[in-house]
Amino acid sequence: MTMTVNGNTVSIPNDPRVSLLDFLREHLHLSGTKKGCNQGACGACTVLVDGQRVLSCLTLAVQCSERDITTIEGLSSDGVLHPLQQAFIEHDGFQCGYCTPGQICSAIGMLEEMRRGVPSQLTGDLCAEVVAFDRDEVRERMSGNLCRCGAHNGIVDAIEDVFREAAE
Amino acid sequence: MIPFSYARANDAAAALQFFANGAAKYLGGGTNLVDLMRETIERPARLIDVTSLSDSIEETADGGIVIGGAARNTAIAEHRLIRTRFPLLSRAIVAGASPQIRNMATTAGNVLQRTRCAYFYDNDAARCNKREPGQGCDAIEGFNRYHAILGASSACIATHPSDMCVALAALDAVVYLQGTEGKRTVPLSDFHRLPGDRPDIETVMRPGELITAVELPPKPMAVNSTYRKVRDRASYAFALVSVAAAIKIEAGVVGDVRIALGGVAHKPWRAMKAEAALRGQPATDVSFRAAAELELADAKAQAHNAFKVELAKRTIAAVLTDLSGDAA
Ligand SMILES: Cc1cc2nc3c(=O)[nH]c(=O)nc-3n(C[C@H](O)[C@H](O)[C@H](O)COP(=O)(O)OP(=O)(O)OC[C@H]3O[C@@H](n4cnc5c(N)ncnc54)[C@H](O)[C@@H]3O)c2cc1C
Ligand code: SF4
Ligand code: FES
Ligand code: FES
Repeated sequence: MTMTVNGNTVSIPNDPRVSLLDFLREHLHLSGTKKGCNQGACGACTVLVDGQRVLSCLTLAVQCSERDITTIEGLSSDGVLHPLQQAFIEHDGFQCGYCTPGQICSAIGMLEEMRRGVPSQLTGDLCAEVVAFDRDEVRERMSGNLCRCGAHNGIVDAIEDVFREAAE
Repeated sequence: MIPFSYARANDAAAALQFFANGAAKYLGGGTNLVDLMRETIERPARLIDVTSLSDSIEETADGGIVIGGAARNTAIAEHRLIRTRFPLLSRAIVAGASPQIRNMATTAGNVLQRTRCAYFYDNDAARCNKREPGQGCDAIEGFNRYHAILGASSACIATHPSDMCVALAALDAVVYLQGTEGKRTVPLSDFHRLPGDRPDIETVMRPGELITAVELPPKPMAVNSTYRKVRDRASYAFALVSVAAAIKIEAGVVGDVRIALGGVAHKPWRAMKAEAALRGQPATDVSFRAAAELELADAKAQAHNAFKVELAKRTIAAVLTDLSGDAA
């Protein structure tokens, strides 16, 4: 049984107890993905599975057979940062940086959801095809990612800067 | 986590066969079960992954919808037919958990998620009749702000935490079950149990049964429906009180109405008394408040949650007033 992580095919561990988070960090030594609460409450462990944002702490590695995983390490190419990574630097989107990999993977998943027209709690007309891209929407849709340092304003600035056009 | 084995089932028959070997649990998105296994509150010897079973969302001949047990919560919330015909269901789902969790959570897993009572989770230090029948309930004398006000017992005052299920209760949804003895259906409102003296038995499911789907019967009045959730922070928190409602008003009179409450009981609480009282009454704030009073007449508050009684009444009345628009 294998999965793909940032383009590389890797074998899935035999012990089904291993979470995707521990598999990434402890087995593959991809320590960019962070363990905050290990119980689904903080979003620090967010990765993309087949393009969807999920929590790796509550996913078992065995469940990811044949799946395509992207972590923070898979976003830059040849030393060039993903535009969102660059924007987090420019807008002070972090202080300690612990929540940042989860924030960035989550924002990428969020963009795909907005393009698809997935509604949120703030959606007025559920029949509308297009989702409005504004700060309140970004805050609501990023509410699964906590930042203990309170860098949320910079995080929303960075996401707005890079994604506003792409989302609409 | 305690060691367990893992198998993936490709269809319901295979899942039931795997289960026959005993001490197993079905695995959906894992967002509740994996957490509870890590706390050793759930201790299955075997996990049967049922996320490859049907996740389709299909229209029935009469205009209802059948949602596969493995459909992810996001897929339901974003589905065109759900958004247009059953908007309260989309709204209930996006009011729950976080986008990441909704991408993982399945229909069946959401229905079967367990309580968030902190004493239930505190495996090391707290007594809990739900974990260990007969042990006692530390919530009754403890911090019980989040606990039940309707239908609780002296054994357990926990609430069912799902938002989605509150909408399903209001929609007269039906749960499809499949076991080794065959298939059957149970209305969602009869699916979860009140705690009584056995709070460890949470549903009417038989051992090994699978949830294969949930059906929404046709309900034209549901186009005028919504979900309101009241909680301690703006997002990503469980409900203190929530209300799912749909109403049909004809010439200023309530033709038909559905109301269900979340955060108040061991099950999604269908407000049958309020509904019966409202049918045929003028669609006014006065009627809505009176119906809410009636539904909560038997409410019994704990030391820290008396506010929920008034909050539930006001939320019911406010939601019905909003849905009535100019008619109220
Ligand atoms: C931090 C956090 C916040 C949350 N906030 C909310 C909230 O605000 N509102 C809300 O409603 N929910 C909330 N949730 C709960 C979340 O909605 C549930 O965990 C989720 O819906 C469970 O679905 P799942 O597929 O992951 O279930 P799993 O965890 O996989 O399974 C749950 C149960 O269902 C059983 N099961 C799964 N599939 C089947 C099947 N086909 N047949 C029979 N049994 C089956 C499992 O054996 C298990 O007992 C929150 C969760 C977390 C972690
Ligand atoms: S309220 Fe129910 S779940 Fe909570 S401690 Fe008491 S018995 Fe356990
Ligand atoms: S570590 Fe996964 S949500 Fe906190
Ligand atoms: S930057 Fe420190 S937790 Fe977010």
